[in-house]
Amino acid sequence: MNLLTVNNLNVSFHIKGIELAALIDVSFTLNRGERIAIVGESGAGKSILGLSIVNLLDKPGYIKSGSVKLENKELSKMNTRQLQEIRGKRIAMIFQDPMMTLNPVLTIGAQLVEAIRSHTRISFKDARNIAIEKLHSVQIASPERRFDQYPHELSGGMRQRVIIASVLLLNPDIIIADEPTTALDVTIQAEIIQLLLDVCHDNSMALILISHDLGVVSRVAERTLVMYAGRIVEEAPTLELINDPQHPYTQGLLNALPQMSLPGQRLNQIQGNMPALNDRPSGCAFHPRCPYATQKCRSEQPNFIYNGISSVSCFLVEDMLEEENSEEDSLDIEYATFHDEGQL
Amino acid sequence: MLTFLFRRLIQAFFVMITISVISFAIQGKLGDPVQQMVGTTVSPAERAHLRQELGLNESFTVQYWHFLKNAAHGNFGISYYYKKPVLDLIFERMPATLELAFCAIILVALFATPFGIYAAIRPRSILSRLIMAFSTLGLSVPIFIVAIFLVYVFSIQLHIAPSFGRGHTIDVFGIWKSGLFTKSGLHHLMLPSITLAFALMPIFIRLIRSEMMEVLHSEYIRFAWSKGLSTNRIYFVHALKNTMLPVITIGGIQAGTLIAYTILTETIFQWPGMGFLFIDAVSRVDTPLISAYLMVVGGIFVTTNTVVDLIYGLVNPTVKLENHGL
Amino acid sequence: MSYLKKDIIPPSAGSRRQRIWCGFLGDKLATLALAVFIFYCIIALFAPLLAPYNINSLNFMDLNNAEIAPSWISGDPRFLLGTDAQGRDLLSVILYGTRLSLTIGICAVLIQATLGICIGLTAGYLGGRVDNFLMRCADVQLSFPTMMVAIVFLAIFQALFGIELYQQLAMLMLILVIGLAEWPIFARTVRASVLAEKQKEYVDAARIMGISTKRIMFKHILPNTLSPVLIIFTVQIASAIATEAALSFLGLGMPSSDPSLGSLISAGFSYMFSGSWWICILPSIALIVLILVMNLLGDWLRGYLNPRTYRD
Repeated sequence: MNLLTVNNLNVSFHIKGIELAALIDVSFTLNRGERIAIVGESGAGKSILGLSIVNLLDKPGYIKSGSVKLENKELSKMNTRQLQEIRGKRIAMIFQDPMMTLNPVLTIGAQLVEAIRSHTRISFKDARNIAIEKLHSVQIASPERRFDQYPHELSGGMRQRVIIASVLLLNPDIIIADEPTTALDVTIQAEIIQLLLDVCHDNSMALILISHDLGVVSRVAERTLVMYAGRIVEEAPTLELINDPQHPYTQGLLNALPQMSLPGQRLNQIQGNMPALNDRPSGCAFHPRCPYATQKCRSEQPNFIYNGISSVSCFLVEDMLEEENSEEDSLDIEYATFHDEGQL
Repeated sequence: MLTFLFRRLIQAFFVMITISVISFAIQGKLGDPVQQMVGTTVSPAERAHLRQELGLNESFTVQYWHFLKNAAHGNFGISYYYKKPVLDLIFERMPATLELAFCAIILVALFATPFGIYAAIRPRSILSRLIMAFSTLGLSVPIFIVAIFLVYVFSIQLHIAPSFGRGHTIDVFGIWKSGLFTKSGLHHLMLPSITLAFALMPIFIRLIRSEMMEVLHSEYIRFAWSKGLSTNRIYFVHALKNTMLPVITIGGIQAGTLIAYTILTETIFQWPGMGFLFIDAVSRVDTPLISAYLMVVGGIFVTTNTVVDLIYGLVNPTVKLENHGL
Repeated sequence: MSYLKKDIIPPSAGSRRQRIWCGFLGDKLATLALAVFIFYCIIALFAPLLAPYNINSLNFMDLNNAEIAPSWISGDPRFLLGTDAQGRDLLSVILYGTRLSLTIGICAVLIQATLGICIGLTAGYLGGRVDNFLMRCADVQLSFPTMMVAIVFLAIFQALFGIELYQQLAMLMLILVIGLAEWPIFARTVRASVLAEKQKEYVDAARIMGISTKRIMFKHILPNTLSPVLIIFTVQIASAIATEAALSFLGLGMPSSDPSLGSLISAGFSYMFSGSWWICILPSIALIVLILVMNLLGDWLRGYLNPRTYRD
């Protein structure tokens, strides 16, 4: 059984009587201990997807339809109290900016202990011991001293470690990490990613990594989902996705990586911008920026097709696959004819 | 932290100097002290002699220096009208004003905090809309009209509360005349303190609400939710603590507004406090009293602002030691 | 949720003025507030024509007519809203009082705005030490509440000039004191918008083209800072009118011979106890509605234009 199943999830924002769709028919699954990544440009709906899994959407946003199942519990229909049981204990989150994620007026210790004590009946002293042990496990030196310090006394990398420690406190099944390294220095990024990997591995936790950095994704995730304008457009094992991207958008993303350009050459950017929520193009939302767009792309939304390795939602790939199939078919026929002739 | 402290003190010092110059200028320029002392029957020669004796022919700076020296000794001169040392007069009236301000602050804290928090947590509920409508209305109704309304309803129509004076007072520790311990004193305190609280309430409700809303949208609150903390813990530990810090600072800066409003309230209810004394002194051109009031109230004002700022700096672990004004 | 807002807010369509206007008619409360405000402006402008009695005529004050209740109570058709303690027609005095209150409010805020905008532009555009110094001044000035400053200074002036002379100068003094006290609110807001605008490319472009600093400030930057200024302008008028009323109530403002709404209320207060409530209540209502309308307009503008305004 899948650990997490997201099925046809639709998330919308209600603003001044207008409904704006932020996520459209998003479906994916996550197995126990599996590490997946969600990539896309900013505004694709990656973060909203992460938030809507534990229903943390801010006010005008709401889950319109679809389901989010943790094993067999339906999360999207739960009330706040039931969700509080899940949050932190079963599914924990790490956010982008460690500078903003810890409460500035509470000590590190207080913020760690409260997380434990809100889920299990345990004395402050025991909770403190667990917290210090976890701080130790994320390689924070002299955790006893850090325990009584305020967030502003720690560096950014150190705070992200504290946050990872706080996520580990209750041994959750899933960690959702929303751009966990974007706000950090490059050298610290690598350390934090490694730590995250180790932590997931040691505790056999599943990880959903939300990122726009394909370099990081390729190191961490076993499977990658590519999002564009609120939809998943491609899903594939990370290695296949990087070596053989199917969707033109994924190809564009990979081409835009600096290492894909020669020195002195312009970076191969994808032309244009991600559409805003309120003027999503008709048909395939990517068509205005797609070099291969046809009339059909402008009017119809492509379905998901599975080619044995990856799932892609693109007419181009669909057509190619059909062509291959029909070519095989015609070969078969030729072969058959030949055969017949031979028999004759 | 030390530079912060130092800067605050320097600033407070300069403001006090400015206030003292203004007070001095009032004393020196308004009316002729000699005239006030001896009347019109004295010959010009004797007057000149008296002027010399009083040091009125000295240069401005020397006179100002004398003024400061006297002020440091608590000597601000004699009231023209009451014929008593002005500082004694002011200290005699001070308990009344402080008790009034204290009750008003308690009322504000008791009502503004829950209302503001509620309006921030449930911004769309009907009660929040009512609270916000009330605070808009409260901002628009001048305090003296609130007072008039209260007097009309509770004194004139219902005869529940007296509309002027302070009622019976009793001595506490021999120096403090308190109205807080007698039934009549508390009775008299009702309308003035409600009026004063009304003046500050809308400001604080709006302040608490907007600060709280900003905090509730912050990333660390979202992280707190994601940890599965209880709703109460998020609202009252994570959010409230961050809300109250700026509220206390900005609230401290409202000390001046409070002073101004006590003057109005005391005048309306003929409350025998410092503000009432001041307005009386103005209409009688009792210059020593005016100038002493300015020095005392200026001192209170500067002290509260500085102390509030310093406390904020001490309490808030992340205090950004930036310029906050005074 | 910054990334959300960015995605959601639609690209601005049509001119700003058009947007304000369309939004206005959509909001009933705002439309009502605007209508009432225009009504007040008309009253203020045409008070001499609208008032049933000429307040400057010699027989306007007639003690024989003192304390007549409004006509729906007393049945006296000569005085629609009754008369005050000196026998003046209350409707006429209120009309003139509104005119005075509104004039003082608008003039005072004009002074605030002029000072504040100039200082804010200078501080924001020049930056560095000038900016630092001007903003320090603004901080110190703001830390003294207007009411307190106004009470102190008007008290001093009154003692200095003597009551007689002061009453002649009262209007000017009120405008000056209220006008000088709150410029930092404008200055801060303008400065903040200037700093934001300054980074945009068109300012650089204008500078490279050799357009003078003053011209850049007034022709290019200022128009872009106007929407927050408009909001503050509205709200400040409300607060200036309230301050003026409170000062007049304390006897530090307009004299009762030339009354603003505040001094009318003040004069009427003592007659509350003798039962002549209308002398006090009717001008109070006029004042509350005026201030409320200005605050509602300001609130609505703030909600609709939603720029950052820096009050504290």
